[in-house]
Parts: sequence; structure tokens; C-alpha cells
Amino acid sequence: MKIVLPLVAVIMLVVLAFAGVQVAGMQFLFGVLIPYLAIAFFIAGFIYRVIKWGMSPVPFCIPTTAGQMKSFPWIKQNKLDNPSSTMGVVGRMALEVLVFRSLFRNTKTELREGPQLSYGSEKFLWIAGLAFHWSFLIIFIRHFRFFMLETPFVIQMIEGLDSFLQIGAPLLYLTDVVLLGAVTFLVFRRLAMPLIKYISLPADYFPLFLILGIATSGILMRYFMKVHIVGVKEMVLGLVSFNPVVPEGIGVIFYIHLFLVSTLLAYFPLSKLMHMGGVFMSPTRNMANNSREVRHVNPWNYPVHVHTYDEYEDEFREKMKKAGLPVEKE
Amino acid sequence: MAKVNTPKPAELAEALEYTTPQTEWMETPAVIKPGTFCWGAKGKNLGIVEFPNARDWNPSEEDWKLPENWQEIFFTGMKNLLDKYRSFKVFMDICVRCGACADKCHFFIGSGDPKNMPVLRAELLRSVYRNDFTLAGKILGKIAGARPLTVDVLKELWYYFYQCTECRRCSLFCPYGIDTAEITMMGRELTNLLGLNTDWISGPVANCYMKGNHLGLEPHAIMNSIEGMVDDIETITGIRINPSFNRKGAEILFVTPSGDLFADPGTYTAMGYMMLFHELGLDYTWSTYASEGGNFGFFSSNEMAKRLNSKIYAEAKRLGVKYIIGGECGHMWRVLTQYMDTWNGPADFMEVPVSPITGTRFENSKSTKMIHITEFTADLIKNNKLKLDPSRNDDLVITYHDSCNTARGMGLMDEPRYIINNVCNNFHEMPENTIREQTFCCGSGTGLNASENMELRMRGGLPRANAVKFVKEKHGVNMLANICAIDRATLSASMDYWVPGVKVTGVHELVANALIMTGEKERETNLRGDALPGKEGN
Amino acid sequence: MSLSTLLSDKRSLILGSWCDAVISGYPHDTSNFLRKNENRFANPVGHTIQDSFGHILDALLNNAAPEVSTVYLDNIIRIRAVQDFSPSQAVSFIFILKKVVRDVLAQEKAAVPDPEELFLFNEQVDALALTSFEIYMQCREKLYDIKANEIKNMTYRLLQKAQKMGLDSSDAADPSADIVNK
Repeated sequence: MKIVLPLVAVIMLVVLAFAGVQVAGMQFLFGVLIPYLAIAFFIAGFIYRVIKWGMSPVPFCIPTTAGQMKSFPWIKQNKLDNPSSTMGVVGRMALEVLVFRSLFRNTKTELREGPQLSYGSEKFLWIAGLAFHWSFLIIFIRHFRFFMLETPFVIQMIEGLDSFLQIGAPLLYLTDVVLLGAVTFLVFRRLAMPLIKYISLPADYFPLFLILGIATSGILMRYFMKVHIVGVKEMVLGLVSFNPVVPEGIGVIFYIHLFLVSTLLAYFPLSKLMHMGGVFMSPTRNMANNSREVRHVNPWNYPVHVHTYDEYEDEFREKMKKAGLPVEKE
Repeated sequence: MAKVNTPKPAELAEALEYTTPQTEWMETPAVIKPGTFCWGAKGKNLGIVEFPNARDWNPSEEDWKLPENWQEIFFTGMKNLLDKYRSFKVFMDICVRCGACADKCHFFIGSGDPKNMPVLRAELLRSVYRNDFTLAGKILGKIAGARPLTVDVLKELWYYFYQCTECRRCSLFCPYGIDTAEITMMGRELTNLLGLNTDWISGPVANCYMKGNHLGLEPHAIMNSIEGMVDDIETITGIRINPSFNRKGAEILFVTPSGDLFADPGTYTAMGYMMLFHELGLDYTWSTYASEGGNFGFFSSNEMAKRLNSKIYAEAKRLGVKYIIGGECGHMWRVLTQYMDTWNGPADFMEVPVSPITGTRFENSKSTKMIHITEFTADLIKNNKLKLDPSRNDDLVITYHDSCNTARGMGLMDEPRYIINNVCNNFHEMPENTIREQTFCCGSGTGLNASENMELRMRGGLPRANAVKFVKEKHGVNMLANICAIDRATLSASMDYWVPGVKVTGVHELVANALIMTGEKERETNLRGDALPGKEGN
Repeated sequence: MSLSTLLSDKRSLILGSWCDAVISGYPHDTSNFLRKNENRFANPVGHTIQDSFGHILDALLNNAAPEVSTVYLDNIIRIRAVQDFSPSQAVSFIFILKKVVRDVLAQEKAAVPDPEELFLFNEQVDALALTSFEIYMQCREKLYDIKANEIKNMTYRLLQKAQKMGLDSSDAADPSADIVNK
């Protein structure tokens, strides 16, 4: 149920876009209105969520220290895993965000039984995670060729690198293959590993299926079901410059692709995909372990009822005097 | 204790079946089993610290005597916590259930109970959060992973939040740094709004609040106990030392967990502190008012932790000391590192700690004005200020257990190792994925070190014990060193069960054994009264 | 073919099925972790089962003295004695071996083992079962010992003090009462 439901949902989305464009001819709705709404919802929603998190303060300095702290000059501090300065925190966050440092930790299990060196599937999670996120980012950047009249040099360079294998026509992008492979692995992993299947929710499968749909429609569009590429660029440029036009004969697969992307954008702020913003706000990672050196201030710190020394002495004064302990009041 | 149920033949047959039935976790209510939970708090103890809904209750009974509007209390409390802690809000929202944490919890590894996977422990509360605090949950309900808060759900939350030792090992592996300790702390805070604490936590909290320490030792009892140790030290070394109590004008206030004052083998560690301080001629004092370094309030609520912790700075101020040295304790140091200054600081009435022996300025604690005793001692050894005879510890083959809190909530890892390597000749590390930041919990932290939940404790202790067993078999390890009072008590039990023959010690017991004191007689025994190596015949 | 040769030939099959059957007794989603994670420190339960079962089986196949298996039985039972198992479930794994062997023999229709030999084999397994009961009880008794010892350790200094003070122990009685209450 928790797998079928999101799968059906994604299929329904594809059918909806197909029927809307091919049958009902609602190119303007699917090509202009929905993308605009989705982007507006994405931006507003993303900002809203981040502000909502930001509204709650960070009352305590609670980094998870993952190495030796700053100590004596003769003890080597692990400055990246247990940073005590802002620079260290920046380094730690960079490692976390760019190469998934914490996930990589999973593979640090050396002492193994048996002759063969077998790594746990966690290493695959790290690799698949990296492959997925990086190829997604590169593909996203590559798409900027559609957003600008002149394709910038940087984008051309990325495209060149991405297709360096020089296979097929049009040239095969590596990232397309990697993304598809990584997403498939991530789906497969959720289905095949009982522990992971047990903890998975429909909300875990839905974005995976959705991204699978986006990648598939994109690949179909580029390599198999050719669309009217000049029309696509004209349309996207129109969207970007707020002069929307709907050129004729682009091909329905483009609208399906665009609709799935719009769905992803709109779904983003409502979902766990917000980890993209959240990772930067995680107090166990983005704080320096220097709370003994610099006082961390809690904005809602309030006075509490304590049992004072005077009350304590009042209760035990006779016993204290008998035991020879100094007292404040005789 | 538990009623013994004679299994029916059908159940016995089931024990021989190959598979167990499988249901989704939301459809599997928690069964509260004897041996896995601690007795409920007594109303009397909760009343002493003015906790709401104080009453006697029993977790194994059907009726938990919840207040009429318990759901309202829970949700108001949850909203309050979400507004106060960004960590809580972010951690409720961003988990992608990647499963990296799933097999990192000692309770999961030892019990096999899927709800002990950190991700699921958090999902227990997240599902309630989604139902009442998110749009998707309100509309889509179960499809969005939401479920309403029922009595059964509350019991499940209670059961599993009191099966987490807030060790933060899972947090280490989480790509977003989601910290189950933080979630458990929030969960426990919520259960405390409903009077659902445990006896083993609320008793010490009440004691500590009124009498200054968890054990409820009154001032004269503390002195008596320490004098008993002074007698023992004299027997062993021939030196009579004179500790002072509540002394105004001392340079240093010394605070250690009260467990070290009464419970073996912690007492030997306490003797170690005193012998070291005596040898240095340190101008320090004990306090009977701030006679607890540990903080069981930390396992109840943030406010309670602050109330108990306030005594340390208050006493330092009253006595006019320059700075504070803290003894060997785990969660105590998480509190001192990440909370104390924020709660009860700034401690501007003290000075930046400077070792009177070496002149070293402890810049890394210039705001809290409190240093860890292993920092203090490591500095002494590095500057050759101690005369040591490590061969006195030659009967020991030692390994070192990093406490969760000093490892993952502070980063104190090399100082104790440096000391051990200077006071002992035989030291072997446990495997890499079980020490330092990856250390396994003793299995009994956060107030789970009661006796009625012994099965749970042993399960949680298995991963640590298993690594000890490995070095015992490989290197003949017979002593497990650590810097935590709860470790000293609970690892003793864990070793007794899992790895008989391995004893437990604090680092400063080892220091004191090796320490050559000025004017001491020839020592025949170590602090435990066992003959020193080479003196067995005497 | 003699039973012992037959079983030796099928050692890995028997061992695999035996481990599998016992591990399947854990919650479904957990059992995969116990089976797959090969790191003995990250997965002590799964490792202990697989390692100890191998030794117990070898001891049986080699007609080793029953004491040889005791330590391996202990490794497993010590874990199961504190997990969510009833006493019968905790030691059931030894009986599962009989079932596994019977299943393997049933597949080898060509080789009908000598009944006498089979009887002896079953008897050896039964002896292991009896040892298992003893180990289980020792483990449980140990747990109660530990509980008692903890209380004793906790109040050791008080008891010592009380002894030194002899009958005049009114001071010490006070705090000790607190501790016992706790």
C-alpha cells in the first residue's frame, strides 16, 4: 500500500499531463500557469519553512563532537569533526553538504571476519546518495542553456565534460545515466532491505518515483522522442522573461516533463525534501564546540526555583555544626 | 516481580517456528515487558520538586491514572518545545529515513527490537507531530505517516524514550545530524508534564534538590564517607590526608558525582583524586551543598536540570574560589560543557583556570571556569610534575571505554589515554568502530541504571561488552578503565554478566596506584587492598 | 553412507539452515540485519549465533566431548537469556537443529541413515539441550546476583562505617535508610 499509492500517484500525474495537453489542448495551463504557480509556491514555501525554523531559537550549544576537542597545544585537535572556530564549522558543513561526511562514516568498519573484504550496504548508500545529488545538481545547471539566449561558457564546459564519452547522437550525458541508476538503487534499497522497508513511508517513495518520472521523461525527450527544441527554448525563455508564449508542436512529452518538475517544486516545501535547507540549520553540525570558552546565550533563559544554600543550611545546621562544618549563621 | 506465565503448548510450538508474524510498526502496540522498564515515579518525590500531576503510578498496570486533559497537556507542551528549540523543529521535519542510524543503537543491536532503531524511536513522536502540527498530516493522515495520540501511543512513547540512553551515537552517522538524544529529551520532558517519570530518576532528583546529591547524603554522612577513605589511604600509604569541606577562600572547588563517594569501585577513584591533590598540596575544598556533579534532572526536564546545576556556581561564588575542577563523570560533563554556562552563567566572579603547579592556563574553559580532572592531570604529567611508578599497575591489562557524553558531547578523548599510557604499562585499544566518537554506551545511562530493568541493561550493554570480550581474548585485558561514575557502577554489572574476569576502574584510581607520594611507606597493596605485583608473597 | 559422513558433507547446508531458522525467530525486519551484517562488533548477536553454531555443529560431527560445546552454548544463551524470549524459546534453538537435520535427511532420500546412528545423534543433541537448561538457569541466577551486588556495592561504605561504629550507628542509620529507599 505504501509503495503502490505513491506509484499510482505519479502515474496519474503523467496521465493528467498527457490528457490535458494531448486531448484537451491545455498547453497554456500546463506550460505556463502551472509552472508559474509551482515556482511561486516553491519559493514562498521554502522561505516560509526556513523562516519557521529560524523563529525557534537555538537555546543551547549542542554540536555532536566527532573527534578530539581543542585542548593543549600538544594534543592534536580534530578541527573538522570537532570544530572550535567558525572556520572549522564552515569546513565541517562543507564536508557534510558536499561529500556527505557523516554518511561516509558508515564505511569505517575495518576489522572483518572471513577472507573476503565485504563492505556493508551503507557504503552503497553513501555512493548512491552522492551520485544522485551531484548528478541532479549538474543536470539542473545544464538546463540553464534553456534559460538564457546565449549558452554561457561554463555551461558549455559542463556539457562537454558530462558527455566526454562521445557516445551516440545526441551525445550521451553521463549524469543522465548516473541519476537514473542512483534513483533506481535508492528505490530498490527501500524495497529490498527489510529494515529500511519497515521504516519507509509513502512520503519516501513518492519523491523517488517522481524524480524517476522526471528523469525518464527527460531522457525520452532528449534521446528517443525528439521534441521541437527551438520551440522549447522559446517557451522557456518566455517563461523566464515573464513574456509567456506557447509555440506550436513542441511535443507532449515536454509537457509531461514540465508538469512532473512543477509537481516536485510544489511538493518540495511540504515534504522531507526540505532537508536541503534543514541540513544547514542542524545545531549538532553547524555550531562550534566552544561553549566552555565563549558563553552561549539562551534567549528564553528564565529564573528558576532553586534550593538555596541558606535553605540547605537551615535544614542541616545542627548536624553541620556537630560534624565541625563551617556555617554561615551560628 | 514478573508473574510467571507457563507457556501453552501452542506457544511452545511457535518457539520452534521458522518465522515471526509481521505487522507494520504503527499497527504493533508496545508490550511493556518486565525487565525492560523502570518503576514509575513516586508522587512524593515529584511533589518535592513541584512537578505537575505528581502521583504514584505503575507502568505495568493498565490504568496510568492520567489527568483528564492529558492530550491537551501533551500538545501544549509539544508546541511550547517546538517554539523553544530549533533542533526539535528541524529534527521533526527533515528526516529522510535513509536508515544510516538504524543499526547504530546499542539497544537495537542487543535487543533486535525494531522500535529501538533511532529512526523509528524518533518516528514514534514524529507521527504524532505530523498528525497535529503539519498540513500534510492533517489532510492525508496515515498516508503522510501521521497517527493520532492515543493512550497506547503515549505508552509506547514512554516505553521507548526510557529505553534510550541519549548517547548520541546515531547522531554521529546521520547526514543531517539528527540527534535522538535531543528527541528523547523532548519526549521525556513531555512525559514529565503528565507525571510519568521513573522512580530511579525522580528519587535522586528529589534527593539532589533537597540534600545536594543523588544519594541523599546529608553533610555529616559525606564527611564520614570521605573520612573512611582517608583511613584506607593511610593504611595503604602511611600518609594521613586532611580534606576540607565548605571552606571559604580555597582556590579550587572540587565537584564529582556522589556515586564516587559510596559505590565501589567509584570510591577508589575518589581516593585517587584525594591522593593526587594531597601530593600536589592543592588548595581545594569539597562542598556538601554542591556535592553532586551528575545531574539526573537532565533526564527529566531542562528546567529541573538547571535547578540542580545552579548549586555548583552558587557554591563557588559563596566560597569565593577561583575556579572549579570536576571529577570523572559522563553526562555531568555534557551538562557542564554544553549547558551550565548558558543556564547559570556567566561565572564572572571566578578566574580563568590556571594550574597552580604548571602555570598552564586553560583557555578552552575560560568562560565556564571549570576544568576536567583528566585535563588537569594530563597537564601535570606532560610537565613532569608527578613521580610515577607504572609498574605498580603491572598486574593490569587495560582497555579504555570512552563515555558517550565526554566523547560525543565534548570531545575529551586523548587526555585520559595520555594519562593511562603514563601510569600503566599494558594498554590495548578496543576495535576502532567501538571507541572514541564511535564508542558504544554502557547501556545504562540517562537514569536507566536501576535493577528492575536488568535485562534491558544487559541487552544495551552487549555491544560494549562484546568489544571488551574481544580484547580480553586477544590481549588478556582484565581491567576496563573509564571516566564516568555511571560506567563504573554499570559496566561492573555488565562485565560480571558478559565478560567475567574483567574489572572496572576510574582513571584516577590507576593514577593513584602509580603515584609515588612524598613520605609514603613502601606500598604492599593497591587501593583495592590487593597485593601489588611482586608483593604477592607478603 | 554413515550418518556422520552424510552430515559432514552437508555441513554448510545444515549450518546455514540452522542459523537462518534461529535468526528468523527475531522480528522480521531485524533478522536481515542479524544475517547480513558481518562485522562482529556492529552485529554481536548475529555474529555470535553464526560463529557458535559452527563450533557446536563441528563438535557434534566430530563426536567431541560435550564440554567442548559448553562455551559456545553459553555465548548464545547468555544473549537469549536477556532478550525478549521465554525460557523455552531461549533454548529452543538446540531443538531446531533436530528439525533442520531431519529436513536435510529427507531431501537425501537415497541415503537412509542407520537408525542406531540417528538415535545416537539425537541423544547427543538432547544432552546439549540439558546443558542448555543449566546454562540458562546460571545466566538468570547471575542476573539476580548482579542486582543484589549492585545494592551491596552502592552501600558498601555505609556498611563499613556502620561496622566500625559498632552499636553506636545512629548517624549512619539515617543516610543508609535513604539509600535503601531509593
